[in-house]
Amino acid sequence: MTRLSDLPAGSRASLVEVGGERSFRRRLMELGLLPGTPLALVRRVDVGDLIEVEVRGCHLSLRRSDARHVVVDGERG
Amino acid sequence: MPELPLVALAGNPNVGKTSIFNRLTGGSQKVGNYPGITVERHSGKLRLPSGGEAVITDVPGTYSLSARSAEEQLASLAVVGLPPLERPDLVVVVVDATQLLRNLYLALQVVETGVPTVVALSMTDLLARSGQRVDVERLAAELGTPVVPVSGLSGAGTDELLKTVGQVLAGERPAPGPAPWTSGPSLEEDLDAVGAVLPPHWANGSPRRQRALACWALLSVDEDDELQGVPDELRERVHARRAHASTTERDIEAEIIRARYGWIDEHGATALVDASPAKPSATARLDSVLLHPVAGFGLFLLLMGLVFQSLFSWSDPAIGWIEGVFAWLSDGVVAVMPEGLLRDFITEGLVAGVGGVVVFLPQILLLFFFIGLMEDCGYMARVAFLMDRIMKAIGLHGRAFVPMMSGFACAVPAILATRTMERRRDRMVTMMVVPLMSCSARLPVYTLLIAALFDTEATFLGFLPVQSSLMVAMYVFSTLVALAAAAVLGRTLFKGPRVPLILELPPYRMPQLGSVVRMMLSRGGIFLRQAGGVILVCTIALWALLSFPGNPELETDYAQLEATATATLSGAELDAELERIGSERSRDVLRNSYGGRMGRTFEPVIEPLGFDWKIGVGLIGAFAAREVFVSTMGVVYGVSDDVDEESESLRESLRREEWPDGSAVYTPLVGLSLMVFIALACQCMSTLAAVYRETSSWRWPLFLFAYMTALAWLASLVVYQGGRWLGFD
Repeated sequence: MTRLSDLPAGSRASLVEVGGERSFRRRLMELGLLPGTPLALVRRVDVGDLIEVEVRGCHLSLRRSDARHVVVDGERG
Repeated sequence: MPELPLVALAGNPNVGKTSIFNRLTGGSQKVGNYPGITVERHSGKLRLPSGGEAVITDVPGTYSLSARSAEEQLASLAVVGLPPLERPDLVVVVVDATQLLRNLYLALQVVETGVPTVVALSMTDLLARSGQRVDVERLAAELGTPVVPVSGLSGAGTDELLKTVGQVLAGERPAPGPAPWTSGPSLEEDLDAVGAVLPPHWANGSPRRQRALACWALLSVDEDDELQGVPDELRERVHARRAHASTTERDIEAEIIRARYGWIDEHGATALVDASPAKPSATARLDSVLLHPVAGFGLFLLLMGLVFQSLFSWSDPAIGWIEGVFAWLSDGVVAVMPEGLLRDFITEGLVAGVGGVVVFLPQILLLFFFIGLMEDCGYMARVAFLMDRIMKAIGLHGRAFVPMMSGFACAVPAILATRTMERRRDRMVTMMVVPLMSCSARLPVYTLLIAALFDTEATFLGFLPVQSSLMVAMYVFSTLVALAAAAVLGRTLFKGPRVPLILELPPYRMPQLGSVVRMMLSRGGIFLRQAGGVILVCTIALWALLSFPGNPELETDYAQLEATATATLSGAELDAELERIGSERSRDVLRNSYGGRMGRTFEPVIEPLGFDWKIGVGLIGAFAAREVFVSTMGVVYGVSDDVDEESESLRESLRREEWPDGSAVYTPLVGLSLMVFIALACQCMSTLAAVYRETSSWRWPLFLFAYMTALAWLASLVVYQGGRWLGFD
């Protein structure tokens, strides 16, 4: 179990839980980020604060500070 | 005549909804606003193959019908047809085949409401490239609604879609709807409890609609939402059910969303057929360069450089041409009309006013052409991605970057460009600070003052040329003030809940020139119709302010002087004398005008900044447009009519100008104070007209004017008095 914000670039994981504010949680879930959903961390922009996630064939980017609220079960890869 | 049936066109953002809209309507459309909020609403007419007609309106792109802000709420109101919006007879949902499952989430919500639905399946060609296809019949059977593959790019499927719409409107296509989903008896109890307190006209007697709206309320209502028209009883019931659920560790929202995705995985996913193994997409390869921390930034800055270079220089010939045409018109009027007030009104009020509106078009069209291209190919989302770090520091979203930069060219198109941001708060903050960026109209004023008051040879620290360093300093200064103002306004007046950024990076695709050009023209049209009128009226009002009241005594004096000159002089001497009399006359008219009197009344207010009444008049004249400052100063100082910032005689007059006690008015310190004032004051009625147009209220343009003027006054005061205290004079 780890935070989405801590995943290294190129790794895959499965979503465990979305926390944080209600509207943030709702919006991520409505985009299909539900417990059990597989996802991949495509890119981290370390000079910035963003990460790019691929989930259900769709590319989303989140601020790292928000991605801390997303718990994943990561397998290194 | 019976009212035409209403069709609403819904879909996720970035699914090609606009091009399908254009295909369906044949490109003819009206652009209006949703009531109360400035969110554009496009509507057009559908010609059905059966011979009938229907009206189609687009629904703002959204991932879901649930909402938190008033803007997001529009989508649900438009689909469900709750006041103030009319109820659609049919909803076309555009579903992007390459993102089928996520898009089905919205389609499922629409179908759940029971409104007759047709799914328009787009991007099937792109999906085929990744080795997959959608089984259209299977999808239609699962959703219980017709599904028609369409291509916005080629137009294929448009006729079939129109035919299907016609059949569904005529009731010829039974639509059983999807198999119901549920997540167990507890959720059904919540839905019944919430459904029971919905206003009766919401559900309209349909149990299916009631259940869908209960889901909507449970997902949307929140302690701090901005939803409108939600009765208190409904709010309380939603909160009560949530509280009740949490006692048994249930999360109603998660249950609804999971149940819907459960349906999608079970039913929708079966329509997705893998034909061959997927290939790595071009998007991934492009992004590895375009989002690269170094290369991506470099390319972006290069692109921005190109865009702003073009706003400054490519628009120049067109602007010059427009100015030429209006000068020619004005000359034509002068040639055929007798001298007098009516002629002045036509040339200086009417022609100048219309010209002052049209002259913005080249920059507006160019900017929207570039923005349209960036949006259409998917790059705009990357801009937001790259710029988020910088903009976040001042409490804004990455998308605010392009409007802010555009402010360097002209605030008017930049204000119109704030529409690319979804949140009202972000749009407002950006709109309120964009006019602080040093626009191209300030450039002639800086040029005049710097050239007149600072020595060409002078250097700072022995190597930095003073003149060009000052120019750069003015730009840096205005940018820093704009960023600071954004940070302050965002934390005070526009303080709102911090909204986490969730940004979709859509796949790149070829931009469609047709839809880019159409959007560009529609924005230009909006500007002409809505801000144009205000600009025209203000130009005429300013002309009147600076021309009235006339003074018959002075007029006869000048007529006499002219007569004497004509009688005694000839050739070049006569011309020179006539010109001298002419400029003296305009100076007297101006001095005596309401504007001139205002300048003198204001003198005590601006004296602490080091300005005299003549500068005051120039500042009033500059309100029409800043570049007018230069020509108004020309008139005030009685230099001939045609002055520009390069005019040597105007620079001379500035240097010679003295206070009654004989000290020079224009010292370098006054010049600096004046430049700071010009940089910060909102002396541009076109900007105010654009803000009025975007916010539909006079409150915000007034606020903008007040805060910028106060800021300018204070900053100039600090510069001038501080400079004097430090011993500069």
